Amino acid sequence: MLKIENLTANVADKPILKGLSLTINPGEIHAIMGPNGAGKSTLGYTLGGRPGYEVTGGAVDFDGQDLLELEPHERAAAGLFLGFQYPVEIPGVSFVQFLREAANAQRKGRGEEPLSGGEFLKLAREKAGLLRMDMDMLKRPVNVGFSGGEKKRAEMVQMGILNPKLAILDETDSGLDIDALRICGEGINAIMRSADKAVLLITHYQRLLDYVKPDFVHVLANGRIVKSGGPDLALRLEEEGYEAVVQEAA
Amino acid sequence: MNVELALPTRKDEDFRYSDLEALRTVWPIVTEEIVVPDGAEQTLQIVETGGGAVARHVAVTLGKGAKFDLRVLTAGPGYGRIAVDATLAQGADFTLGAAQLATGEETVEIVTEVTHAGLNATSQQIVRTVLAGKSVGTYLGRIAVERGADGTDAEQSVRAMLLERTATANARPELEIYADDVKAAHGCAVGELDAQGLFYLMSRGLTPPQAKRLMLQAFIAEAFTGAPGEEELSSAALARLEAIL
Repeated sequence: MLKIENLTANVADKPILKGLSLTINPGEIHAIMGPNGAGKSTLGYTLGGRPGYEVTGGAVDFDGQDLLELEPHERAAAGLFLGFQYPVEIPGVSFVQFLREAANAQRKGRGEEPLSGGEFLKLAREKAGLLRMDMDMLKRPVNVGFSGGEKKRAEMVQMGILNPKLAILDETDSGLDIDALRICGEGINAIMRSADKAVLLITHYQRLLDYVKPDFVHVLANGRIVKSGGPDLALRLEEEGYEAVVQEAA
Repeated sequence: MNVELALPTRKDEDFRYSDLEALRTVWPIVTEEIVVPDGAEQTLQIVETGGGAVARHVAVTLGKGAKFDLRVLTAGPGYGRIAVDATLAQGADFTLGAAQLATGEETVEIVTEVTHAGLNATSQQIVRTVLAGKSVGTYLGRIAVERGADGTDAEQSVRAMLLERTATANARPELEIYADDVKAAHGCAVGELDAQGLFYLMSRGLTPPQAKRLMLQAFIAEAFTGAPGEEELSSAALARLEAIL
């Protein structure tokens, strides 16, 4: 589904990703872990096409398309979802209006019929319920006045509504209390656990992985994947720390 | 009826950023006088969406405890000037919510003079300007608080959004206060659309024009929230927005 080959990227002319390769097949859940400054968020933003994240080399194939050639909205229509570490507040624009337009823009991009108001609300209510989020919150301006945990749950509601093929979730677990962590974890499983979907979890900690069991765990350090393994690698990292594992790999 | 006869020049502060060539075609401006009697409430919506030059001057006199709610949308004229004078007696309340949208070589301006003449009068002005192309958008706003007009509360919130670097926004809020107990808050900002917000919206599948439109719609809505005729004002603004983007 996603094939990243030797990707290099700069932010403000500084090399951050330095030859990163990763293949994700349908049905798989991958976790990328790593110390601060390893390039984890840069990987997410680069794959999402954020301006300012300049690809300097390598290739990314997403379901047979050259991902790097696509604009951010085209990547979304192709089935990519980027869960933000810091979801952006947009005063004056309601979630409901924004998400309906977004869902229909994606459908249009794929040559599908738009959702009617009623169809959309039904879908939104179902996905909000999955994340135990009150529908009234989705009538409020995007992320404005939401707590850290509410923002992350709202990200997952968006993911549910937009129904992507591949979700890249950047530190979805940061800022969550124990209950919210479980709700988000279960939400990810309900929405994305499927033979034709895949997830890339970007995280510092093992704790989200208690709820969303990864098939593969990778350690990112200094812009590269330095070690890959199964779920036990995350447990080892938690126990021994990044430094020991990164040094051993070097 | 009050008619000003001589065409202003660039030296005239109130016309400093005007399109004088266009102004000539509609000169002289006939002042539209509005008197709101003591304790009365009135509203007015000015919507200018035609392509020709427009210059209007509205002078409102508010009696004791009177309320006047004025909304202005300038979205279309090659030259659009709306000048508003408001004089407030004791306990009067004046609201101006205005949005102006321009593109190409258009020039739009809102010029206000709000005079607090009595005790405890309140005024709120919200002006939102969206400028594309080589357009010029101006807000000149003078607030005068006369001697003895204590308890005055005067607010100005003025923001302009430049969609292209070639557009120009001018904003000049002015305060002239001769009373002691006065609250006068003004905020003035010229900016561009938040790049982070745009990326967030686009990452969900909105095309760049859709994302911009949504953010600008919210920006303009601040001028019309809760107003009489809010829906008509907003949909007229939206139509123009779509043409500009």
